[in-house]
Amino acid sequence: MAADPASLIDWGLLALDPPGWGGVLLAGLMNSIKIAIGGYSLGLVLGTGGAFGKLYGGPVTKDLMEVYTTVVRAVPELVLILLLYYAGTDLLNRLASAAGYGAVDISGLAAGIFVIGVVQGAYATEVIRGAIRAVPSGQIEAARAFGMSPLLILRRVTLPAMLPHALPGLSNLWLISTKDTALLAVVGFSELTLVTRQAAGTTKAYMLFFCAAGVLYLALTLISNLIIRVIEARARRGWVATR
Amino acid sequence: MTSEESTIVEATALTRLPSARGLLKPHRLALMAVAAAIVFCAVWFLRWDWLPDYAGRLANGVVVSLLMLVSTCLLGFVFAVPIGLVQVTGPWPLKLLAKGFCTIIRGTPLLLQLWLLYYGLGSLFPQFPAIRQSFLWPWLREAWPYGVAALTISFAAYEGEVMRGAFAGVPPGELEAARAFGMSRWKVFRRIWLPRAVHRALPTLSGETVLQLKSTPLVATITVIDVYAVVSKIRQMTFLTYEPLLLLALIYLCLTAFLVLAFRYFENKIPTRSA
Repeated sequence: MAADPASLIDWGLLALDPPGWGGVLLAGLMNSIKIAIGGYSLGLVLGTGGAFGKLYGGPVTKDLMEVYTTVVRAVPELVLILLLYYAGTDLLNRLASAAGYGAVDISGLAAGIFVIGVVQGAYATEVIRGAIRAVPSGQIEAARAFGMSPLLILRRVTLPAMLPHALPGLSNLWLISTKDTALLAVVGFSELTLVTRQAAGTTKAYMLFFCAAGVLYLALTLISNLIIRVIEARARRGWVATR
Repeated sequence: MTSEESTIVEATALTRLPSARGLLKPHRLALMAVAAAIVFCAVWFLRWDWLPDYAGRLANGVVVSLLMLVSTCLLGFVFAVPIGLVQVTGPWPLKLLAKGFCTIIRGTPLLLQLWLLYYGLGSLFPQFPAIRQSFLWPWLREAWPYGVAALTISFAAYEGEVMRGAFAGVPPGELEAARAFGMSRWKVFRRIWLPRAVHRALPTLSGETVLQLKSTPLVATITVIDVYAVVSKIRQMTFLTYEPLLLLALIYLCLTAFLVLAFRYFENKIPTRSA
């Protein structure tokens, strides 16, 4: 029979202490955030390298980067996560045993960060490449004419000048990476989505837990949006006059 | 604002394929030789003897995936047009509603939405006798309606945001000209506003469709037998780790390339004055 809505919701299930599952959900959220931050940082490093390879590298580097970004952007994240997760751990294990360390135990956290980072790197490559191309080439040429070394140009001119152009794309990527962590539930890493499903399956309160997890993800997105807005305002502080 | 958004979508979605020209440069030939060697090694040293046994099921899975893609894209686009429109011109309650919908759907992972619909609603529905006795019940016990619903909602939210930008980006002078010709509001919308907005949204539509193709394998987690589910099944039956996954990646690469080429063909059909 249809129960009345008030008795359908048992808020006690969300309590932080063990009879409730609130603490478990928050731990899952922390895991998700850790992976998102780690994967995003790795993605930024890969993306910067990839963008410079695509713009200034030799013909072979350019083509290899093109293959990397094309393949990663054309294959579903879920498939990539499975492939990289199994292939990565397998490869690392073989390397370790070849080096004589025996089988190493790769933590789910490290594997997750690696997987998200490789996926994010492909997207970040495209974003950063577009942003660097938006920087007037005269600025970079001027820096070169002053005799700056490539690394100094990167640090003093290219990166600061391209940042405002890259920020919209990069902030979008951050939001994507927080949501991509949910896919790690498929390989059994206990981040927020998987934890939610376990809690829901145990207590049969599916609606309550999935909605609660949705609220947590949404809060993460909205708070990120606030921070992004502040960062964008700061990065563009010199723009108003020139625009 | 709109140009900025379109660059974001372009950067995160695959819209370009390398051109066929310039494939014959010496370093490319060398790279292709290396690639051919890798493919040869993959064919020669990995096990592919299971392939003929499962070819039929794989083809079925591909068809299911494509059905999911096409149906949810069409349905989602139908919802996206009003969602985008009311955000530009609607009364404030509708505007707020559409904006809230987009924010919530775009702010939570698709996997969570899918599981919320399948496990959440799926556990809620049987409690109501009215639903159990309705003609919809045989369908509601299947998994695919939930998959279609989740993917449609997601596509509607993402594409609705694109359509909002497209509607807002149509030059107001064109709409005023149509009004000056004495067209009714509906006629202005049908003849000028909608076609111009769709035209503006077309380049991003291709990227969004590729993104949608990439989210279809998620429905395998709620027991819809798409190509991803078939490959998972093969992996369980044959105890192979890599071969089925590599094949799956290859299948998705081909599907994406096909989609991008098809969209490029249609985009070239539409005359555009390059600005």
